[in-house]
Amino acid sequence: MTKLVRTEEETLLADAARGFLGDAAPVSHLRALRDKGETQDSDLWAQMAQMGWAGVLVPETCGGSEMGHAAAGVLAEEMGKTLVTSPFLSTAVIAATALKQVANDRSKESLKQIAQGTMTYALAIDESSKFQPDGTALAAHREGNGFRLEGQKRFVVDGGTSDRVLVLARTGDDKSLTLFDIPFDRSGVSRVARPMIDSRDAVDVIFDRVEATGDDILGSVDDAMTVLKPALEAGQAALAAEMAGLASGAFEMTVTYLKERKQFGVPIGAFQALQHRAAHLWCETEVTTTAILHAGRKLDEDPGNATLAVSLAKARAIQTAQLAVREGVQMHGGIGMTDAFDMGFYMKRARVAAEWLGDYGYHAAQVAKLRGF
Amino acid sequence: MNGHLDLKDFREKLRSWLEQNCPEEMRDGAAGDDSICWGGKNWNFTSPAQKTWLDRCAEQGLTVPTWPKAFGGAGLSRDQEKIFHEEMRRLNARTPLQSFGIWMLGPALLQFGTEEQKLRYLPPIARGEVRWCQGYSEPGAGSDLAGLQTKCEDKGDHWLVNGQKVWTSYADKADWIFALVRTDRDAPKHKGISFVLIDMESKGVTTRPIRLISGASPFCETFFDDVQVPKDQVVGTVNRGWDVAKYLLTHEREMISAGGALMGGGRALGAVLKESETGLSDPIQLSEAMRLEVDSLAFELTLERFKDQAESGQGVGDASAMLKYMGTELNKRRLEMVMAAAGSDALDWNDGRAPNWLRTKANSIEGGTSEVMLSIVSKRVLGLPG
Repeated sequence: MTKLVRTEEETLLADAARGFLGDAAPVSHLRALRDKGETQDSDLWAQMAQMGWAGVLVPETCGGSEMGHAAAGVLAEEMGKTLVTSPFLSTAVIAATALKQVANDRSKESLKQIAQGTMTYALAIDESSKFQPDGTALAAHREGNGFRLEGQKRFVVDGGTSDRVLVLARTGDDKSLTLFDIPFDRSGVSRVARPMIDSRDAVDVIFDRVEATGDDILGSVDDAMTVLKPALEAGQAALAAEMAGLASGAFEMTVTYLKERKQFGVPIGAFQALQHRAAHLWCETEVTTTAILHAGRKLDEDPGNATLAVSLAKARAIQTAQLAVREGVQMHGGIGMTDAFDMGFYMKRARVAAEWLGDYGYHAAQVAKLRGF
Repeated sequence: MNGHLDLKDFREKLRSWLEQNCPEEMRDGAAGDDSICWGGKNWNFTSPAQKTWLDRCAEQGLTVPTWPKAFGGAGLSRDQEKIFHEEMRRLNARTPLQSFGIWMLGPALLQFGTEEQKLRYLPPIARGEVRWCQGYSEPGAGSDLAGLQTKCEDKGDHWLVNGQKVWTSYADKADWIFALVRTDRDAPKHKGISFVLIDMESKGVTTRPIRLISGASPFCETFFDDVQVPKDQVVGTVNRGWDVAKYLLTHEREMISAGGALMGGGRALGAVLKESETGLSDPIQLSEAMRLEVDSLAFELTLERFKDQAESGQGVGDASAMLKYMGTELNKRRLEMVMAAAGSDALDWNDGRAPNWLRTKANSIEGGTSEVMLSIVSKRVLGLPG
């Protein structure tokens, strides 16, 4: 496997991303969107597409930049630092990875449009308050030559602003699940917006006897996982990278504050009680950084055996991001609790990202299972 | 000259030398503490093969492969050293000699010693003839090492040493000690320390082993009562011994953190839990074990990352404090887990798990406490004041 040190290309990509996002999408950008009641900035996404970010996983033959999962992680991490909101994870990482598993003309067309930034996707899995793909109940009843989808999905991230949705449906008993690729404007599909604590787009989606044909299936009937598993793992790894970036963004704010804020006549960073907590947090972020890079490398070089690496990354990222935001608010004191200050945005995003695509318990259980528990 | 061809040639010659010279009994890898050859005047070889292996390696300079030939080494380059370790592993050969002389005094002398000192002290280390121990900590100087008080007075034609050292590993078996002593009581504490070499057979040197909560240990107390030391046995400049000490402390931490022995490695916790009667059904233990497994795996990868980083020429630097802190804290958690999972089975001294558990408590104290590591990170990495 390629070394667990960033390559020169990865370092250059990170620098370029940091430069661009620092101007185009600092935290104040998210704040401005929230104050306007918006969740996405389509101009920002168009610029990202121009830089090849939307096509980061799209093959060059479909107009993508095909940089790979470690590179997608580098981008997600930089986005996490300033809490950038965009269709990157849902569309460029998850949907693109799913579509790539299917080599037909329709999926190639979708990949082209993803790379151009002209088509966006959401992923609809959850039906309860937790991520549990195996427990999917939303039914796709066979009817004539096609199916009718009946049921409801929750916590569909980016669902309010996307063109299409990948929806996991039950086509039989046991493990017979099928992944459908459906436009949101299809008759019978309706969305209920959820005002999320992280100021981002998430909806509930109701499927009321929605007609689907075999053409709407991504992959094969009764075999969702061949397509969905790599897509989920790509998404989980990139989300973990985003959370690692979030943790280091929050941490940087906190360390800066420890040096500036004076009480008792000295910078509060001179107090050992805070120094040791800050140092501990840094140590945790270093260990998590490794797990993120490792997951990207596994997805690029040994994708069939990446589950352990991906779950390890997501579990570690959740633990570290949550510690970073808790310490971030506490060490900032009163100002950390105010809406006018940015730390709250980090805390809220960490909470949402922790739940999306599997929480700590889900991923730690995956690790345990694969390690012989 | 083609460097790559040179290396290939080097590897072939080394391989055939190892195959011809490494005794069969020495090809069982690192088979535990009992197989270590520490050397020294009083060393009892565990087998004739152990002595043969040591002597043959020493003759080639391969007990200290990177030291210059003039001082008993083989003068290997970094690339050659890597090949040496690869070929040793290929044969599963034991390390012929291990000692504090090799790990600590050697690097210090090579950096700070005079030519005479290097010629006098290094070759006997390389040949395994002289065994060294380290005298740093004192009863009143632990984390605040620079507060050490062992007195070293200039008596004209000799130094006179009085005081006490503690945690001197294997002092009762060592031939010589390298120690930090106070040569100027009036200077600021970091500026009055010297690095001195003392023959343990000198009149006035006594040692006493320390029994730990985990049982017998290599640690000793070492006492100096009016010990006379020749004037040429100070390394580096008088009163600038702290520079030598700092250099060695960083060296030691990198060694501890790269060692892995203290670092929680070992069996996956799932297996440990399955063997216990209640482990998998106790939700608290199961959840702690799952968290620990996540953290341990990520830490093992982090050790790998820093090895990769070192190999690509980026130093580990102050991150060694992070590795030491995280690794030793994880190891303590791991042994707590092992004990909890084993229940009363592990409470019998003869079971062996309890001494291991108790011994891990020292991991986050020896070589710099966890709190000192956090202070290093806080000041040198984060740049926090104070």
